[in-house]
Amino acid sequence: MKFVSLTAIVAEAEKKGIPFWKAVMLKDCFDKQYSKEESFEKMRLMYRAMEEADKNYDPLLRSESRLSGGDGQKLENYFNEGNSLCGGFLGKVIASAVKMGESNACMKRIVAAPTAGSCGVLPSVLITIKNEYSISEDDIVKALFTAAGVGEIIAIRASISGAQGGCQAEIGSASAMAAAALAQLKGGNNDEITHAAALALKSMLGLTCDPVAGLVEVPCIKRNVMGAITAFTSADMALAGVRSAIPPDEVIDAMGEIGSLLPKCLRETSTAGLAVMPTAVKITKELES
Amino acid sequence: MDIFDIIGPVMVGPSSSHTAGAVRIGYITRKLLGEEIKKAEILLYGSFLLTGKGHGTDRSIVAGLMLMEPDDTRIPSSLEIAKERGIEVSFGTTDIKDAHPNTAQIILTSVSGKTLDVVASSLGGGRIKVNRIDGIEANFCGDYPTLVVRNQDTPGCMAKITSLLSTCGINIATIQLYRSTRGGEAVAVFECDHEIDNEHINWLEQQEDIIKVTYLSLDE
Repeated sequence: MKFVSLTAIVAEAEKKGIPFWKAVMLKDCFDKQYSKEESFEKMRLMYRAMEEADKNYDPLLRSESRLSGGDGQKLENYFNEGNSLCGGFLGKVIASAVKMGESNACMKRIVAAPTAGSCGVLPSVLITIKNEYSISEDDIVKALFTAAGVGEIIAIRASISGAQGGCQAEIGSASAMAAAALAQLKGGNNDEITHAAALALKSMLGLTCDPVAGLVEVPCIKRNVMGAITAFTSADMALAGVRSAIPPDEVIDAMGEIGSLLPKCLRETSTAGLAVMPTAVKITKELES
Repeated sequence: MDIFDIIGPVMVGPSSSHTAGAVRIGYITRKLLGEEIKKAEILLYGSFLLTGKGHGTDRSIVAGLMLMEPDDTRIPSSLEIAKERGIEVSFGTTDIKDAHPNTAQIILTSVSGKTLDVVASSLGGGRIKVNRIDGIEANFCGDYPTLVVRNQDTPGCMAKITSLLSTCGINIATIQLYRSTRGGEAVAVFECDHEIDNEHINWLEQQEDIIKVTYLSLDE
């Protein structure tokens, strides 16, 4: 049986005296008949593919629509000058998140985590913290299992698809997954891990999916930044002892409910919101001709 | 869904449903044909039609039809590659009642003249579902070796198929049965835990009352 709640993952971890990430990995090994080593190495390949995608960013590329490309480089240059508001560390996260989103829009190879539209959140967070704090690759892989465990519960109880649940299901889920991963990397316990996820997801509730011309570009790319930064603030809050008043599983359920209540026009159909503003309509018409 | 559907797949962007899922639809369809493609007619529906171009859905399906996988960096140039390989590709639109928004109908002709008509949908996260084969309902995701048998709706047909699978030691994961009318054409879809040999597929094809056998092998 798969886990159907974060509470169940924590209960299993505590019963067996193993960390959260390991409970997630072992359950998947059992379901798929993988060995522990196979599963761990497969996740390592996912992380390496994220690093490779980060390195392969090409500032000269533009998407088919010409709406995206080059901003990641602008951000890197700006933060390198040292006069930013967010500072060097978060600056790296911001530039990295935008780069990954742009690479995705330009048909480069990325890792969906949980989706392609939200592919910038986890890598920007993990690659930056790995370099900044000299974290071992093994620890990053373990954090990815925790992120995957959180994402799987969200997928089961709510949704990870913009068409079903709006952007809160994509960037919101990615941010919750990254927050849990960060809490773990900073030595957080199970309560801190799951509440980090809850605090991040709560901040994203109600976020709509209204992309210009139906493309995974505007506002998706830059929204990866918000998901990544919120992961840091949520993990810090949880590690400081702040708790979500609504328990993590209930926050996930709330996201699922809000998603199903969102009108269809705000769920990846591009028939409301940003997508129908005069400029968006003009862009869409230009693309169609 | 498993944890590597959450972290992963590694894919060429920009959309897990419109790009990675579309590659997979092409890939599974080509696998079901089982032969080199001479001609492919690709009909897009819903969101695939409306936003397909900006997502590279067209190029993704064609890449899949040439057995490229969703992480293949040649996907953006698949139309040119198909042209070099002499595959005739055409695009059109279709309107399918009650279809999932991300749906494509692909009509293939193989080099030997075999044809196949598949309707498939991209469900999100790169996962897909085959909805119809040659106009008859069939629901499977392509995660297992899948045997699709089109037969006359007569007694004993199922027994023939299941006893063959049993003799070969093949465990059946799921079975679905559909028929047009009583005594008309029926379709049986078997998702199996093991691969079925060509020899046994050929044997099935020769049986009375069996009209067509389509097999999805997951072997490379």
